[in-house]
Amino acid sequence: MRIALFATCLADTMFPAAAKATVQLLERLGHEVVFPEEQTCCGQMHVNTGYQKEALPLVRRYVRTFESCDVIVAPSGSCVGSIRHQHAMVARQAGEEGLASRAETVAGRTYELSELLIDVLKVEDVGAYYPHRVTYHPTCHSLRVLRVGDRPLRLLRQVRGLDLVELPAAEQCCGFGGTFAVKNADTSTAMLADKMRHVLDTGADVCTAGDASCLMHIGGGLSRLQSGVRTVHLAEILASTEAGS
Amino acid sequence: MSSKELILGRIRQALGSSPAEPDIPRDYRTGAAPVDLDLLVERLVDYKAVVHRTSDVSGAIAEIIGSGTLVVPPGLPGEWLPPEVPVRRDDGLSAAEIAAADGVVTAAAVAVVETGTIVLDASDDQGRRILSLLPDLHICVLRPEQVVASVPEAVAQLEPTRPLTWISGPSATSDIELNRVEGVHGPRNLHVILWETA
Amino acid sequence: MSTFLGMPAYAPRGVGHLRGDEPFPEAARTALANPQLRRNLQHATTTIRGKSGAVIAELPDWQELRSAGSALKAYTMANLPRLLEQLEERVTAAGGVVHWAADATEANRIVTDLVKATGEQRVIKIKSMATMEIGLNEALEDAGITPVETDLAELIVQLGHDKPSHILVPAIHRNRSEIREIFLSEMPGVDPDLTDDPPVLAAAARRYLRETFLSTKVAVSGANFGIAETGTLAVVESEGNGRMCLTLPETLITVMGIEKLVPTWQDLEVFLQLLPRASTGERMNPYTSMWTGVAPGDGPQNFHLVLLDNGRTAVLADEVGRQALHCIRCSACLNVCPVYERTGGHAYGSVYPGPIGAILSPQLTGVEDNASLPYASSLCGACFDACPVKIDIPSILVHLRNQVPHPRAERTAMAAAAYTMDHPKLYERAQKAARLAKLLGKRGRGLPPPLNGWSSSRDLPTPPSETFRDWWRGR
Repeated sequence: MRIALFATCLADTMFPAAAKATVQLLERLGHEVVFPEEQTCCGQMHVNTGYQKEALPLVRRYVRTFESCDVIVAPSGSCVGSIRHQHAMVARQAGEEGLASRAETVAGRTYELSELLIDVLKVEDVGAYYPHRVTYHPTCHSLRVLRVGDRPLRLLRQVRGLDLVELPAAEQCCGFGGTFAVKNADTSTAMLADKMRHVLDTGADVCTAGDASCLMHIGGGLSRLQSGVRTVHLAEILASTEAGS
Repeated sequence: MSSKELILGRIRQALGSSPAEPDIPRDYRTGAAPVDLDLLVERLVDYKAVVHRTSDVSGAIAEIIGSGTLVVPPGLPGEWLPPEVPVRRDDGLSAAEIAAADGVVTAAAVAVVETGTIVLDASDDQGRRILSLLPDLHICVLRPEQVVASVPEAVAQLEPTRPLTWISGPSATSDIELNRVEGVHGPRNLHVILWETA
Repeated sequence: MSTFLGMPAYAPRGVGHLRGDEPFPEAARTALANPQLRRNLQHATTTIRGKSGAVIAELPDWQELRSAGSALKAYTMANLPRLLEQLEERVTAAGGVVHWAADATEANRIVTDLVKATGEQRVIKIKSMATMEIGLNEALEDAGITPVETDLAELIVQLGHDKPSHILVPAIHRNRSEIREIFLSEMPGVDPDLTDDPPVLAAAARRYLRETFLSTKVAVSGANFGIAETGTLAVVESEGNGRMCLTLPETLITVMGIEKLVPTWQDLEVFLQLLPRASTGERMNPYTSMWTGVAPGDGPQNFHLVLLDNGRTAVLADEVGRQALHCIRCSACLNVCPVYERTGGHAYGSVYPGPIGAILSPQLTGVEDNASLPYASSLCGACFDACPVKIDIPSILVHLRNQVPHPRAERTAMAAAAYTMDHPKLYERAQKAARLAKLLGKRGRGLPPPLNGWSSSRDLPTPPSETFRDWWRGR
């Protein structure tokens, strides 16, 4: 299958390993990956911070860039959530009904990685090998906007060598929330403190998730604590093999 | 312009010309379902009511009230009352007189299995609302045919313009650390006599 | 002129409790620095989440009930003028008197005048969000009338000279030993050997209020539901203080927001299933009282219903935001909110805290007066899932963020970022600049506000040696 990658601005710029791993994983499974270079950002930060008008060109750009693709994947539950639940709304509020219906069509073909693997590619065992003790944080937007459910866990359970440990209070937000983390830094930090305590309680050496943004937040806190626990994107784990990724 | 006209004008302005009016999906459970009396008892007990299943109402009341005194509504069946217990019928008793009684006996209008609720509708055998409120012990006599399975069935059976009191267990509060604690202003003891004729 | 007068209006300033003294982030800092408060909140919200989850799981048709509740409220809003007039007609026919209050000031005046007319100097009150919202207690006190709160949590707040911090349990921020201290120092005639055992504390409140219940001739209540079809009002409670107030006095004055309407008697079958399970986590709350006007010989023989706007029509005027009026005040959204759990209710500055408060207060007052509240959320979505009438709180928060006046520097930065993101060449140049952020080091020393908020507790990610698109082109 020919799959277009929406890398997301955050992974493209700051966490390329997650996007690279998505490419390597899909190619290993026998698919062709394309990367339309006109892509930039989905506009979620603008919409969620109250700059819907400013997000409009980014919605238009996303639609134009990916309109010709049959299947689009992004290694981020949060960006896919925005594409699926906000793009058409942004266009509609701007009075661009035509763009709104195109946005709906493209959004219908855009998948978060675990959705693509399980629902479209019908694969749970991706042949990965990852000999670590791992705990999974089900980021809010994957969980409650996209409703990916246990898809990421089903994928992780098939990874050889991986010791999956349950994260207590897993469904509680890590406190990132985009600009929330700076506008309400103290509250965000208090939420993060509880999330980190739960991660450390598991004894895992890796905390994984389907969103680079939440991982940046949790990872930033764990690094400040010098805890020794790493944050690794789900795609990177699934891309790992015995031969090395 | 009166405040009524002002507010209604504001509402019309806010709603615009043709506000969308949704259909109301009523695909939740309605209609009669089988009544499980054992479950009713379980639910009542779960909320700290004491349940007596008996064909001998006056015997059960005598046992509950012991040497105490009772107030009862004007239409409560006389044969329910144990002859040896001092009883005052409400013929316009004062609040102080009602509060001085050790217990009150009422019938009920309907009971709900799923929630462990009894509903009083101020009929003659249930009395004024104050009657079942001030004594610290409320004894409620329930006949099995008054019991329904669910809240929608109870709502359908009740007459809304009567004063209604829905009771699920004795007086309680969740105001201290959000845990249910029994015993605040209403009767701290609720006994339900399920009158099952043999 | 009449068109102008009929424009929806916000709740007026200077009266009531819808506006805080400081923005949310500053107010939250105080709460976050209080470890006892955080322990109390965590304990209470964890308890209620567990209880509520268990009794909701017992109902096979919970989702169908939520959908029905949501649709019923939308129907009510769409038909509000007709339903309000119907309610007025039915209440009047049943011997009640209906008053209309355009705002807090008018409602306070109506209630105060009604109490004065009875000649009484004391009223007993059932916990009511509407009367807290309009600051009725202060208005009564100004008129020389003593309002006595009879709900246990309200009593704790009133005796402790405190402010409510939760919709359902206004004293949620107090634990049992703090409540004991308040009772010991503030409750006249209290047993000096009082322990902090919750049943003992509840019994102390029972003894303290008993005589007041029996001797007070006027009560003030709110209403959970007002049924247009029959004119019936309903109060849902636990302790029996509601029954006392609704039954013993000679005069009852009920203040009800115009959004509390329910179209028909049958519709209660939905809300009576949704509210207790979502709210206190009970299959049914201990007591629900329903009354229609005046019942001869039973309960108050004088009944007044005050219908309150106070900004509600302004909420109704916003097609997206009006869903906030569907709220049945269960407080499930507070109990699941990770922000509320850490900051508590006082940080929101309004009597409506938590996620529902973050969308309701700014709409009642106009967003300018509560500009920080729409941002008091990480948009995690737990509130939407928990809401028994399916109010899409995260979407309304985002919607309101669009209406908030933005700080100039932020506006400039956001516009520049959007422009950059829409020009791939500029975007690539910015990506390279991001790598220069290496110079900031992990701790991000020297970052300007608000970005230093990040680096105060979190390291910055180490910028990669190449972007993804560099790697893609090079392979």
